[in-house]
Amino acid sequence: MTAFKTFLAIIGLCLAVTLGFVAIAWRAPIDPVSPPSASGFDPALVRRGAQLAAAGNCSTCHTAPGGRAFVGGRALPTPFGTIYSTNITPDPVTGIGRWPEEAFRRALAEGVDRAGRHLYPAFPYDHFRLLTRDDARALYAFFMTREPVSATPSANEVAFPLNVRMLLAGWKILFLRQGSYQQNPAQSEAWNRGAYLAEGLAHCGACHTPRNRLGAEKASERFAGGEVEGWNAYALNEASPAPVPWDADSLRFYLTNGWHDAHGVARGPMAAVVDNLAAIPDADMKAIATYVASIAGEVSAERRRAAEALIANTRNPTGQSIVGTEASGENIFYAACASCHEGDRGLPFGGVNLALSTGPSGPNPDNVINVVLWGLPPADGARSPVMPGFAGSLSDQQLVALLSYVRSRFSDKPAWANLDKEVRDAKSGGRPSSVYPAHGIDPAQATLNRGEEP
Amino acid sequence: MKIKVNGREHEVESDPDTPLLYVLRNDLALNGAKFGCGLGQCGACTVMVDNEAVFSCLTPLLVVQDREITTVEGLGSIDNPGPLQRAFIEEQAAQCGYCIAGMMMRAESLLQKNPHPSDGEIRAALEPNLCRCGTHMRILRAVRRAAELMRIAALGTAPRAP
Repeated sequence: MTAFKTFLAIIGLCLAVTLGFVAIAWRAPIDPVSPPSASGFDPALVRRGAQLAAAGNCSTCHTAPGGRAFVGGRALPTPFGTIYSTNITPDPVTGIGRWPEEAFRRALAEGVDRAGRHLYPAFPYDHFRLLTRDDARALYAFFMTREPVSATPSANEVAFPLNVRMLLAGWKILFLRQGSYQQNPAQSEAWNRGAYLAEGLAHCGACHTPRNRLGAEKASERFAGGEVEGWNAYALNEASPAPVPWDADSLRFYLTNGWHDAHGVARGPMAAVVDNLAAIPDADMKAIATYVASIAGEVSAERRRAAEALIANTRNPTGQSIVGTEASGENIFYAACASCHEGDRGLPFGGVNLALSTGPSGPNPDNVINVVLWGLPPADGARSPVMPGFAGSLSDQQLVALLSYVRSRFSDKPAWANLDKEVRDAKSGGRPSSVYPAHGIDPAQATLNRGEEP
Repeated sequence: MKIKVNGREHEVESDPDTPLLYVLRNDLALNGAKFGCGLGQCGACTVMVDNEAVFSCLTPLLVVQDREITTVEGLGSIDNPGPLQRAFIEEQAAQCGYCIAGMMMRAESLLQKNPHPSDGEIRAALEPNLCRCGTHMRILRAVRRAAELMRIAALGTAPRAP
């Protein structure tokens, strides 16, 4: 009898836990509204929303390649399956046209859609939760005044049990913190503004902070560098591998223009970020730069001197050339790379001197391999820095020789391990990486009406 | 230095950092590949190295020793044009013709890897090559025709009349 009682107790407990979890995970739907009229929104609010949408980089994920901005459908590969971004135009059926502002705000803060379904954290609500009510209202005004487009993205390819959205409530209990941005009184107003934007809407940590096995940012390793789309998102904290330390001025220039002469050109997924950021007010850019520069902390005088020496050195190219006919790394560098990367033409249309580039000092060779193989394709409809790819012209062996040389010559860090495999995987697509032009035109620009331009 | 072009070995005197394009045109009189931009941005200089399409204007001689180089001259001759050349003639794909050798080499590299490319795949593969005359639609048709000619040839049957 006792065994039977124990059995009943276990069943009862399981049931209670399940019911308890469902009670916690359950989110009520918010009633749909008839789509608000676009003319009902204050144009000034819409303009501010446009800038906030740019700071939030919304168009990058919510636009399919070559598609119209905010229509969604872009495949976002994650370790848990492929998630397709949603249509956030105000289409009443396939978009957010019937979402009241309250539902929009709840999605940002809690990662729950209007119908009460938990959203995957590919949507960075763990950052967006910091948005103020006013900013959420401006963003809402911006999206509700875009042209509605009827389009349903492909269904997510997430396997059981992760396709049970209620489980995301568990993820949120573990990783989603609550509350709005708390001012730090010890810091300046600009710093606080920057922290609010960078930690919140701009969600820098979504790429620049490493993630744990459940896909959440590791709280103990903030800005320690992450991986995204086959690219290394470099550490922004004291572990930053940049040969020339970043400061607020260089960051502001880089984030505004997409390049900086002592660091190089934004490429990979960062290219879209800087295209977006070009639309935000300069005061906000300054604030973000102030905050991000502070993440790395004070730069020692010694490191600063070393950086100045490095910059001075690059002004006097060695004038070295090829010795012999062996395809050594050094010879390949001087035959194929040096004419741009040690040339007279400055950035952004010349090549960065690799002594200043973060690539050769990176924690792994991914970024350097990506650009050497696939280059920087030209942007459509915009002037852009370009680099040809060398995937066809350099053999695997030659690439390995070149990469080893670049690492040993332009970095003081130990050699990269397993270069053969890294090169093979990158070439075969075993390690997929996205290839983007260095500059493009943010697709969101095409949705702006007269008077809404930055 | 030794290089192998269209199956033939050549001994050339040029410096190791000389672009392959200059060696082909100036030393070997293979003038199919053209100089366009010199920056790897137009594709007129495209040739194949180990079956991969590359910009010969950016490829130093140093890295192509011991590798198989194929130029448009290697695809066939005037008397006996290869399938790609035939297809480009039959579709009258050339206007001024400056880009065409590069287009054919990139298409050849595509068709070797993918004998049944979709239109999207052809467009994506040829994207690095520019044509300023605007014959893109004819070029696309020519590549599709070449794919068909190659399939027929592979079946060992006589090709259909155009």
